[in-house]
Amino acid sequence: MNSREKILGAISINKPSLIELPVIDIKSTSSLSVDWVDEFIKTLESIGGKVVQLSSIDLIKLEIQEAKLRGEYIVNTLPVLGEVNNEINPTMEASLLESIDRAYIEGSIGVAENGSVWLYENQIKNRLLPFICQHLVICLNINKIVPNMHEAYQQVDVAKEGYGVFLAGPSKTADIEQSLVIGAHGARSLLVYLIS
Amino acid sequence: MKVGLFIPCYVDQFYPKVAVATLELLEKLGCEVVFPLNQTCCGQPMANSGFASLSEGCDKNFIANFGEVDYVVSPSGSCVLHVKEHLHDQNETKASYIRRNIYELTEFIVDVLKVENMVANFPHKVGMHISCHGQRGLNLSSMSELSAPSFSKPAYLLNMVKGLQLSLPKRVDECCGFGGTFCVFEEAVSVKMGKDRITEHAINEVEYITGVDVSCLMHLEGILKRQGSSVKTIHIAEILNTH
Amino acid sequence: MNPKNFNRLFFVPIQGAGLSHSAAAEIFNKDEERTDWHDETLWFVREKRDKAVKQISEWEQLRTLGSDIKDHTLSNLDIYLAEFEKNAQANGIKIHWAIDAEEHNEIILGIIREQKVQQVVKSKSMLTEECHLNDYLAQRGIDVIDTDLGERIVQFRNEPPSHIVLPAIHLKKQDVSETFHEHLGTEKGNNDPQYLTEAARQHLRDKFIKSQLAITGVNFAIASTGGFVVCTNEGNADMGAHAAKIHVASMGIEKIIPKVEHLGVFLRLLARSATGQPITTYSSHFHQPRVGQQMHIIIVDNGRTKQLGRPDFRSSLKCIRCAACFNTCPVYRRSGGHSYHTAVAGPIGSILNPNLDMKANADLPFASTLCGSCSNVCPVKIDIHVQLYKWRQVLVAEGFTTGGKKVAMKGMAFVLSHPSIYRISGKIGRWIMRVFPFIFNNKSFNPWYKQREMPEAPEQSFRDWYKKNKK
Repeated sequence: MNSREKILGAISINKPSLIELPVIDIKSTSSLSVDWVDEFIKTLESIGGKVVQLSSIDLIKLEIQEAKLRGEYIVNTLPVLGEVNNEINPTMEASLLESIDRAYIEGSIGVAENGSVWLYENQIKNRLLPFICQHLVICLNINKIVPNMHEAYQQVDVAKEGYGVFLAGPSKTADIEQSLVIGAHGARSLLVYLIS
Repeated sequence: MKVGLFIPCYVDQFYPKVAVATLELLEKLGCEVVFPLNQTCCGQPMANSGFASLSEGCDKNFIANFGEVDYVVSPSGSCVLHVKEHLHDQNETKASYIRRNIYELTEFIVDVLKVENMVANFPHKVGMHISCHGQRGLNLSSMSELSAPSFSKPAYLLNMVKGLQLSLPKRVDECCGFGGTFCVFEEAVSVKMGKDRITEHAINEVEYITGVDVSCLMHLEGILKRQGSSVKTIHIAEILNTH
Repeated sequence: MNPKNFNRLFFVPIQGAGLSHSAAAEIFNKDEERTDWHDETLWFVREKRDKAVKQISEWEQLRTLGSDIKDHTLSNLDIYLAEFEKNAQANGIKIHWAIDAEEHNEIILGIIREQKVQQVVKSKSMLTEECHLNDYLAQRGIDVIDTDLGERIVQFRNEPPSHIVLPAIHLKKQDVSETFHEHLGTEKGNNDPQYLTEAARQHLRDKFIKSQLAITGVNFAIASTGGFVVCTNEGNADMGAHAAKIHVASMGIEKIIPKVEHLGVFLRLLARSATGQPITTYSSHFHQPRVGQQMHIIIVDNGRTKQLGRPDFRSSLKCIRCAACFNTCPVYRRSGGHSYHTAVAGPIGSILNPNLDMKANADLPFASTLCGSCSNVCPVKIDIHVQLYKWRQVLVAEGFTTGGKKVAMKGMAFVLSHPSIYRISGKIGRWIMRVFPFIFNNKSFNPWYKQREMPEAPEQSFRDWYKKNKK
């Protein structure tokens, strides 16, 4: 008998008789009056992210042009923001991605209760991109904010692609004496543009 | 209403004044109180040490002593909890009757007697130690870990006492470190936990530390005395029995 | 009685190698200032947790859901594991099964050798700590670089983690500074956490880029989709997994959840309970290897099926490793994780570890006052303190106790079962003084008296008073 059979066999002998699976019936009625955009901004800023509301993307385009002129390695993955960096593909190696100063990525949805944004693999182009860049900018449609994780999981299909992530704020650690330090291994900053 | 007074073994031996106060208080509140003379102990010291198997004799004796009263009342939340959770016998009817009808003193006064005012008078600054078994086990007061409305049966009663200024330590319901035989098997941590409770009460400049469990108070008293502190411990029954 | 025998009889639980929890805790408490610091640092985390959970009006409902979903899952675990395996394989993930720690480690060594891997990075995985993977691979010439900051710190110091979420919480910034000065060449005496973290970032970026194989843990594995979720704040699991050509994820059999919708419940519970954050910075959902990558999952038993067969203790397998019970435990905060001498310390460790080795861990269920705070903070409502009590009964029944304790308890039980003897004992002298180990007013013999005064023996017992005044 191999380990698989041994383990599954032991479970079938040792498990208790079947207990019913509960229905998730969380009512967010108590918070219906809350403005989810405000809540999203407040929460994300409390965990170290920055949020800017924009009615036009022109400002972002300008920002990208200026940074490029300064010689920064800026990666843009959104065609609406101008030229897209086609060199970023799923197999690009870490050693090449490592020099990216700032990356612009589109987010799918934002979650008000925790300030996170869902990113599909096709939105990040390379799984390392949102982690390895020094600074991360996410563009999110302001109408794509949901109140909580229950609704978030109804909206995204986590198994649609090989990888996806709820990303909430810049990389951080408090492993030294519980002192919060922003910029552990991932991006040192996160800016979310909420675009209406 | 016939109340059987259950006085835990160490209270009988070391703190008879708490037992006397409990008895007098219950009588003052109109109860007919009996103290069955053959009672000994609930068996908790053995059970918490892993020897619940040895507590059968205690259980039998407990049932023989308390099987015939309307309520069993005790000035010790911890012992009451033990009986509520672990008293068993071949005669389960009697055991389950006792398990349902045993009360810690303050919950008995609040929930059964439904007392709404007291004549007690204790013009002192008093810090309340919330004992874990009474709180988390018997639900005598709300717990800091849970998202639930706040309440406290012991504080409800203490707030009726004339002249008494009640305070809570910063960490309102952290354990004092007594923990039964933990107090000797884990001496270093036990004492440290007790010292930390005392430090927080001292910040509130209390004259007394009170609570619903003599065991916690005995532990805190031992540390206070060793420190040469002027702060005294007093069981809640002794305060409620003042006039 | 000479003190040595006395101590042997009463205070040192039977235990394998090393110090018992109480002995280690006594050493820990010798530096009271540091004990205070440790206690306050962890209490701060507990306070952050309180603040976060009180912002969620449905918190207690979420805990109930989390608990019920896990209860259900355990009752159908074999079916869900098989479903997970099938779906994960269809996603292109290779599944391995390991009956114990040894087999788990062998599987990883096999992958390393087969693929001729030189550089291995690992993000935090308590399961690999439980399996002592690093030691196993080091003995075979393979160095694993831990990439979580706290884990890297303790790895440099050759220490195990002292906390499952905050591995280096027992260390002060001065200690970290010295360690980094020695290993990374940081400025001597520069204790700034920002500076030290930056040094680790630079050091580990290089390791991520060069690594060929990344090991991660698994927070949740979804049966219906064959994917898994890994949660970190630093981003180290992602940096490792996405940079390396091989990703190996180790999971205990209990990490399964039935469906994606259940992630909504657990991700809401996990970070709030752990650190008071609304969610970890990164909650990464892996379903397929990336182009050109290999992805392996090792499903590990290592005693879990045995625990599943213990009705009193099986719910310990619901644990999602948030460590809220550590942070709230007044004993953990004042004894430090290393006093528990196991990979998973704290209250949850004290109910998990006796299952793995009763003899070596017989002391752990006694390292508690049974105050119950652990059960109240647990996001999946494990009745930890009740299980601590129950483990005590099992350990005594199985003979893992000292002869002295047994004699004392038997003596106590005999007196307490016989009212007439109890009364006589009371008259002769306060019998408790003789049955409890409070015996002597001597600091070296009597642990009560070491730092506490004895209660004063009154003139008469209550019983005597009652007979005189009421009868």
